[in-house]
Amino acid sequence: MQGLLGKLLRANEFYLFLIIVVVSLIIQARSGQFFTPNNLVDLANAMVVPGLFAIGAYLVIVSGGIDVSFPALASLAVYAVTRYLVDSGYQGSVILPFVLVIALGALLGAFNGVFTSRLAVPTLIITLGTANVFSGIMQGALSSVQISQLPPSMEAFGRASLFKATSATGLTSAMPVSFLLLVAVLAIVFFVMRYTMFGRGIFALGGDESSAVRAGFKVRRIKFWLYVIVGVIAALGGLVRTTSMGQMHPTNLLGMEMMVIAAVVLGGTAITGGTGSLTGVMLGTLLIVIVQNSMILVGVPTFWQRFALGLLIIVGTGVSAVQLTRRRKRQRLVAE
Amino acid sequence: MAEPFLSIRGVTMAFSGVKALDKVDFDIYPGEVHCLAGENGSGKSTMIKVISGVYQPSEGEIVMDGKSYSKLTPIEAIQNGVQVIYQDFSVFPNLTVMENLALTGEVSAGRKLVNWRKFRQIAEEAIAKIDFTVDLDARVGDLSVADKQLVAICRALLTDTKLLIMDEPTTALTHREVEALFKVVADLQARGIAILFVSHKLEEVFEISERFTIIRNGKLVITTVPEELDRKKFAQYMTGRDYDESSTAPTGEPGEPVLEARGLGLKDALYDINFTLHKGEVLGITGLLGSGRTELALTLFGVFPADDGEILVGGKPVVLKGIGDAIDNGIAYVPEDRLTEGLMLQRSIADNIVISELDNLSNGVGVLDDKRRAAEVELRVEEMKIATANPYNAVSTLSGGNQQRVVLAKWLATNPDILILNGPTVGVDIGSKRVIHLILNDLASRGMGIIVITDDIPELLTVSNRILLLQEGRLVAEVDPASVTEQEMSAMITGGSVPGKEH
Repeated sequence: MQGLLGKLLRANEFYLFLIIVVVSLIIQARSGQFFTPNNLVDLANAMVVPGLFAIGAYLVIVSGGIDVSFPALASLAVYAVTRYLVDSGYQGSVILPFVLVIALGALLGAFNGVFTSRLAVPTLIITLGTANVFSGIMQGALSSVQISQLPPSMEAFGRASLFKATSATGLTSAMPVSFLLLVAVLAIVFFVMRYTMFGRGIFALGGDESSAVRAGFKVRRIKFWLYVIVGVIAALGGLVRTTSMGQMHPTNLLGMEMMVIAAVVLGGTAITGGTGSLTGVMLGTLLIVIVQNSMILVGVPTFWQRFALGLLIIVGTGVSAVQLTRRRKRQRLVAE
Repeated sequence: MAEPFLSIRGVTMAFSGVKALDKVDFDIYPGEVHCLAGENGSGKSTMIKVISGVYQPSEGEIVMDGKSYSKLTPIEAIQNGVQVIYQDFSVFPNLTVMENLALTGEVSAGRKLVNWRKFRQIAEEAIAKIDFTVDLDARVGDLSVADKQLVAICRALLTDTKLLIMDEPTTALTHREVEALFKVVADLQARGIAILFVSHKLEEVFEISERFTIIRNGKLVITTVPEELDRKKFAQYMTGRDYDESSTAPTGEPGEPVLEARGLGLKDALYDINFTLHKGEVLGITGLLGSGRTELALTLFGVFPADDGEILVGGKPVVLKGIGDAIDNGIAYVPEDRLTEGLMLQRSIADNIVISELDNLSNGVGVLDDKRRAAEVELRVEEMKIATANPYNAVSTLSGGNQQRVVLAKWLATNPDILILNGPTVGVDIGSKRVIHLILNDLASRGMGIIVITDDIPELLTVSNRILLLQEGRLVAEVDPASVTEQEMSAMITGGSVPGKEH
């Protein structure tokens, strides 16, 4: 038990959980509306898109890279598919949009994958470049405009709910079906990272790339497929956002990358690669979503949200940086 | 003797016309501990790569278990039981010991899924083979260097290993860890596994190696037994020159004190340290790892401000609360790990030299004066005899010895009165070592006070006027280098009898 407790006290996730509890209690005390059924469902709803993106960003960061192209990738994939379906007057089920978005996400992810696995250029630079290519194609070649009328099945998917939660005050919120998608992706990625050699390869790669090569991992192949998977997850996130808004807003997602990467890093994933847990990623995302959604409950003006988010990012990354220096210092003293 | 496990016959390895190996013959027998020695760039690494199948030789053959290969592939080498442990161990610092041990085998077995129970089983078997006790769930990055190495050894032994090649295995280990390693090696040897050590330091592997093969400029110089070797011969074979190891300690009378420590203390590391460093003197400081020798250097350089006592520079008490204070007082420090603490490897030699004196080379508005910079760089490259065609090449293009000279040049550019060097020739080959020792002599003769911290005993005896011995954070003795032999000095460091003046 001692060991378990010690492990708990050293885990980043534990402290993040405590912070979330404290923040929730403060909001509850000030507004009395945090622990209401509809607010909790709202939070779960708001988790879906950033949660999906965060899972993708987590995979890339664990592998030792960083991806800033996923909002642009998602926007392009979903815009192109929606445009095509709307223009062809599509009336069928929601399966086809999903299949097309997944395929296009995989293709665009493969575009990232080819460059990252073949070029010795930092992934930040590569994905900065591809992000611009993606949004350039969308805004230039496809001359994107807002699509206000989605195909009926997509719109229905966006409205579909698992259940509705009503608070004492009479406010009602619906738990969207897409929450199941987040759960499913989370479960699959958890399995892949923990129980497949591909997943362990991603960790190995993030720990030491040349060791991974020497150990016999097919590093190029792992990187390529990693970006394909991340492309698919990001595109799914984009599709969820579009269907839940009931319209395709081409630039709606752009700029989300900083917040998502911050959530991943807050969750204890080392920005240098090789370590991090999905629990941490979800907690980090939850904290950011709470700050974004619930500050309004305590009457904090919206412009302070950005301030609070910025502060969270600095504190979150600062804490891990301090831990790293401490560990290094300790190691040096021990080594000497 | 039995048949050799592996022989290479007339192997030549040419890279675009340059022969990295030239008609080399070499044998290693089952259960033999063999040392391959040579200076940096002599072809040692090329030879390992030929044996492990990474390079295919241009000429010659490799015979393994009676079978001849003109082109050996890495897979064939591994299947024949050849395993290499590289200097960096190729471990994954972010993963657990268990995973580090089990991954490689599972990857090569082509597995797609992870069976954690099997991983643990593999790992337990692996550490049991050499009676290594370690927490399988610990992250490898949190282990000591010695334990990381043992993890790498365990991993290498998971396959049916017949030849284990270890690249510079003892460089980063303490004496006790080296002893532990040698026990493991003896055990492997008893099981008929051949061990090939690659090293450029005789002391490190002398006691355990049964035969030595020395190469120079890609050519085999000699294969011999340790009885035929002493350090002088070893150095001659490696460098091809007569090896001079006469003292380089300055001969002039030491001048007035430049640096004094009075009752210096640092929490949990140093206790009541008193000494005086004079102008024109080289003071050696030695002790085991953990004796406080690096803490002492860092205290004098302001990195760890002293908790007790005082430091006097030029007879005046000074407060050293940071590196800036130390530099202002004319103190320079050349760290132990030049690669991470002393140099920007990707930047040019010139940039590295002038980095610590940018203020002096700038004009009134803080813009760098290119002409003065160029003149300064030229002067320092000349003074330090840095072997480079162009000082604007990256530092990473230089050999270890020349890199160390760049670090020296960088600090000399600040015109210090006091120079502290920690392990000045770690990782430097014998030829360059002598050059650095002579530079120290020259600097001291010009009036600088120099402190050399080292556990390289021959070096300590060669460069120092006086030697201070640290044990567990206390100065326990002052030794006259002319009055002790290497063996006596070594015994003193490891805590044996301490003759000479008691403190």
